[in-house]
Amino acid sequence: MIQQFAVEIPYWGQSLLRVVGGLVAVLLPAGTIVYLFLFKMMSFMQSRLGPMEAGPFGSMQLFAEVGKWLQKEDIIPENADARIYKIAPIIVLVSTFLLVVVIPFGPDAWFTNFSAGVFYALAIGSVSVIGILVAGWSSANKYSLLGGLRAAGQLIAYELPMVLAVVGVVIQAGSMNLQDIVMAQNTGEIFGWSGIGFPFVLTQFVGFLIFMIAVQAELTQAPFDMPIAESELVSGYMTEYSGFRFLMFFIGEFATAGVFALIASVLFLGGWGIPFSWFGWESIDQVDNWMNIAGPLIMFTKMMVLTGIIMWVRFSYPRFREDQLQRFAWKALIPLSLANIAVTAIVKVVV
Amino acid sequence: MPKLPGLVKGLGVTMGTLVRTVKDGANTVQYPHAKESPPVRARGVIALREDNCTACMLCARSCPDWCIYIEAHKQLAPPRRAGGKPRQVNHLDRFDIDYALCMYCGICVEVCPFDALFWSPEYEYSEPRIADLLHDKTKLGEWMETVPEAPDLEAGAEKKK
Repeated sequence: MIQQFAVEIPYWGQSLLRVVGGLVAVLLPAGTIVYLFLFKMMSFMQSRLGPMEAGPFGSMQLFAEVGKWLQKEDIIPENADARIYKIAPIIVLVSTFLLVVVIPFGPDAWFTNFSAGVFYALAIGSVSVIGILVAGWSSANKYSLLGGLRAAGQLIAYELPMVLAVVGVVIQAGSMNLQDIVMAQNTGEIFGWSGIGFPFVLTQFVGFLIFMIAVQAELTQAPFDMPIAESELVSGYMTEYSGFRFLMFFIGEFATAGVFALIASVLFLGGWGIPFSWFGWESIDQVDNWMNIAGPLIMFTKMMVLTGIIMWVRFSYPRFREDQLQRFAWKALIPLSLANIAVTAIVKVVV
Repeated sequence: MPKLPGLVKGLGVTMGTLVRTVKDGANTVQYPHAKESPPVRARGVIALREDNCTACMLCARSCPDWCIYIEAHKQLAPPRRAGGKPRQVNHLDRFDIDYALCMYCGICVEVCPFDALFWSPEYEYSEPRIADLLHDKTKLGEWMETVPEAPDLEAGAEKKK
């Protein structure tokens, strides 16, 4: 449907659009999340106002912080494995950028329409583990090493329930393509009533819960922040980083929160779509062009709601102990998600 | 009403605080623009009423940090009653408190038998140079303006003679 545009965009133009779109899709949510949730919501939940000086209500604070980080010296510890130490934050940030590539934002507003989208997203999502482990190891610091190892153990443990939770959705949608999953939810109907489509959160609520818990752990947000436990490990694998490389970790953390929330909204909340029955659309080809503008906004709203929940939980709960954290993943979440798959598969076959 | 699980309750506490902060404002004060008024008996800075000081050295000796410096000399003052003998008094030459050392224990204020030292709730006297934290008797005297009125005695309390 690209042809519907009045002007034909040349290939380089499309590529440029995608690069800019990717930057916006990663950095805009990250900035909004940091300001709205990390600066303001957390402060309000602690009965304080947060940053108020930079710009109206401190809205320029993030730019001030970025400016501060850019000025700082890029310190590399003497015993660190310098080259790997420098690469590590890039690996983390790049995995975030690669993750956003498969997410559809509208009928035509996607970066790649990839038929194994979910599979790719989950695979790329775990690449950041390598960056974190490598960061912890190459810092030549015992806190970093402990943090890196904890992060690796935790991310691998929570990768599993996440994948298994998604399997339920994939079974129900009958596709791994994220665009098809969005279609399946918006064209679906509940016992013949198609008023709200059929968001998978209704049938896959257990899967949704497991997915959100796993996302929380993947992002190493409290209560799963054992890897960066600041009271015992200073800052875990980020301890030695300063200046721009720390900034990359920081952006990576919150951008990944945004991207995972986008994936969760695609998988469970109907993604960019609105129930197609409202406008009498039958398939993706009939969707009006304005959805390419409205879709990203809908996605953004859903993402803000989900990250809001992630951050709310983060600011409310105390930290899990390492053994509790592992036990919770292996003994509670994984069996539960396996049961969820079994039930979904049986119901799918029966119905 | 069935008991809410602690996890849900915890979320409720933080959200409740958020709503309260939005509605009624935060518990904190935006410091340089608005100042928090400390309680009347807050230990901000120690003020000196020079007239009352007899240079008895009790405060300097009781100070755990040795941050009070007193120098005085004896001199004659006019007699109290007409025809009397001129009195010998200690005249204060130097009374310094080094706030770089002071730990705000308040023993000097407690121990002073002549009501020459007072607590003031004033707290804004930081200095870029550490040596400037040594307040001399003029400066300590200026703090007297910020000392609040002594609170009323409790009903039935014995009045000090």
